[in-house]
Amino acid sequence: MVQKVTETRTQSADRLDEVDMMLNMGPQHPSTHGVFRLVVWLDGERIVKAEPHIGYLHRGSEKLCEREDYAQIITLFDRLDYVANLNGELAFCMAAEKLMGLEVPERAWYIRTILCELNRIASHMLFYGVYGLDAGAMSPVLYGFRERERIILLFEAVTGARMMHNYIRIGGVKEDLPDDFNKRMATLIDELKHGIDECDRLLSRSEIFLERTKGVGTIDGKTAIDYGVSGPMLRAAGVKEDVRVSEPYGIYDRFDFGIPVGTNGDCWDRYYVRILEMRESLSIIEQAMQQMEPGDIAAKVRRIARPPKGEAFIRTESPRGDFGVFLVSDGGDKPYRVKVRAPSFANLQAITHLLRDAYIADAVVVLGSIDIILGEVDR
Amino acid sequence: MEISGNQPTASTTGNTPGEAIFERVLPNALVAKSNELFALARKSSLWTLSFGLACCAIEMIDAHMSHHDLDRFGVVTWPSPRQADVMIVAGTVVKKMAEPIKRLYEQMPDPKWVIAMGSCATNGGPYYRSYSVVMGVDHLVPVDVYVPGCPPRPEALMYGVMELQKKISNDAKNRKLPVITSKPDTSTS
Amino acid sequence: MSDEPVSEDSEKPKAEAKAEKPARPARKEPETPTAPVMLDERGEALSGVLPKVFSDFEIEYSAAMDEVVAIVKPKDIPEVCRIAKEDERLNFDYLRSISVVDYEERLEVNYHLFSLENRHKMVIKTSVSPDDPHVPTATGVWRGADWHEREGHDLFGVVFDDHPNLKPLVLYEGFEGFPGRKSFPFHEYEEW
Repeated sequence: MVQKVTETRTQSADRLDEVDMMLNMGPQHPSTHGVFRLVVWLDGERIVKAEPHIGYLHRGSEKLCEREDYAQIITLFDRLDYVANLNGELAFCMAAEKLMGLEVPERAWYIRTILCELNRIASHMLFYGVYGLDAGAMSPVLYGFRERERIILLFEAVTGARMMHNYIRIGGVKEDLPDDFNKRMATLIDELKHGIDECDRLLSRSEIFLERTKGVGTIDGKTAIDYGVSGPMLRAAGVKEDVRVSEPYGIYDRFDFGIPVGTNGDCWDRYYVRILEMRESLSIIEQAMQQMEPGDIAAKVRRIARPPKGEAFIRTESPRGDFGVFLVSDGGDKPYRVKVRAPSFANLQAITHLLRDAYIADAVVVLGSIDIILGEVDR
Repeated sequence: MEISGNQPTASTTGNTPGEAIFERVLPNALVAKSNELFALARKSSLWTLSFGLACCAIEMIDAHMSHHDLDRFGVVTWPSPRQADVMIVAGTVVKKMAEPIKRLYEQMPDPKWVIAMGSCATNGGPYYRSYSVVMGVDHLVPVDVYVPGCPPRPEALMYGVMELQKKISNDAKNRKLPVITSKPDTSTS
Repeated sequence: MSDEPVSEDSEKPKAEAKAEKPARPARKEPETPTAPVMLDERGEALSGVLPKVFSDFEIEYSAAMDEVVAIVKPKDIPEVCRIAKEDERLNFDYLRSISVVDYEERLEVNYHLFSLENRHKMVIKTSVSPDDPHVPTATGVWRGADWHEREGHDLFGVVFDDHPNLKPLVLYEGFEGFPGRKSFPFHEYEEW
């Protein structure tokens, strides 16, 4: 879609006057993963400057939170990172629990951990499929969605919804797991193991895919940290940083799992770190299934939660990175201010750096490798 | 089948008309009104403009993928509005996106239809108190089918597509021609 | 702040207070309970170090939950941030977020920092008046501050001086008002 570009050409970059072409991509573009607009200035096929425009999905969630009860806000957090819904719910509930000083029962933590890790796999599977499309391969998306659909079917059995679960509550979870959960989970783990291997074989070593992603869009660890990049994108740049390990929340300190780290910080590393992460997540799920014991699934909380006055900042590791919630309470039944530190928001900033002097044909591959979810970027 | 055309033969010389080719090619032909035929063709190959706005887009993609396979209804996504018939508005329409959506709709050739997918596109949904959300895409473009849900299941979207197909053929039967939009109005945002 | 009057307080306060855990403050207290301060050892160490590092500045120290808080004058922000990033004892290389909170009589800008090296965290706070909110930019210190500041400018109207590109980010050009502020109304519509 063609859209008028209103920006003046005189900003920062010095070579802008001699560029050949200014190209607009989005907000409606099949490869922008939602409604994201990218304006690039080209010199031949080289990108001189890239300017991202966001806000095409700015729904004012943070402001809406100030008017809803704590219990109602969970639905809004579902819709922030709409590919990893449970991780968003978890972050908000943890922030409220931290303010209230709640002790969440063991079993609730195991359920949360299992479901969140499953959601991480589902999210990475979506990334895998869509990234294949971005790089020009049609079939991965079918395989990725096949695996994702399996996970979603299990979610539906547990939470009652395919995407917007509203399952993790302040102090625990909504209800206990269904009776046949262990059986279904065992089958699912087997299927996923096989599925991840299959996906890995299908795309990771493909000659064309390697050509398109190796050495493209590199970022080094120091620059990445400077931009506030987190999650798989930071790990691909060689920084071993995972909130689950460095600041373990919940019961993550009980599991033995590795942090995949890349070396080059290019698109392929970002892609492969996620593939490896799925395997680690499966291993966490397997350990959690073995350790889980029957028990309470929710702490005793008043129906209308009233955290004490104060502010809490929580960090969790969502599939996209460091998902933070800054919650300010004035002691009432509604939060005074909720600020979401969205990982995609910070990661997307780095695109100006990634696209500098890249080829225009690589723009989509670089953008895809960041794995943005616009619901979270714009909020 | 052999088609030899209207060659004059010994029996049909002179003023007697030749045998109609139609009878020979399709001996059991049914006669239908042209607009109904067009409607049949249109509803069997609905090309949707592939753009997802928010959460519903994931379910829309899911509906197109291996498990649900919307392609079997002839629904194929197409990234350009110039060749698209149906716009599936999948997700929250915010005010910043209102103008592009309107323009996309205007760029689609007639006849065109709109499916409002999910409660956000229907009436604002969970964001009905937000300062930046358009309360339903019907404030911008005419909507044919509303699919409720937050987000609707892929099955619900399929049902919506089938309802749209029904609507297309019913409109043709009732001699309601596809609405040709008046000239583009870009004054409001 | 909830603008509705608190209505649930009057219902059966005794029974509910019983059911609650003893650790939580009693609900019938006239003032609202406050979240406890619970600094970990890194936080304690950091709060010991901070006054030495920032001896040249007028800074108030406190703590919120498990984070050390330094309340800074707006004009000192770039310098304090630079020292926080570059001083080896602090080494705050990772900016978690910049959040603006509207307390009606003042706007509070929160810089949530984290050190990947030393693994400690802190919050730098500064308050400006809502009528003329000016804070010097921190983009020179962390490049990641760029969008956070633009968002703060969009939603709260805080002007980050010397920011290279303070254009609207999440809102469209020509949006009236600052929707993040408490005074900005919600969209209301009536049932018909």
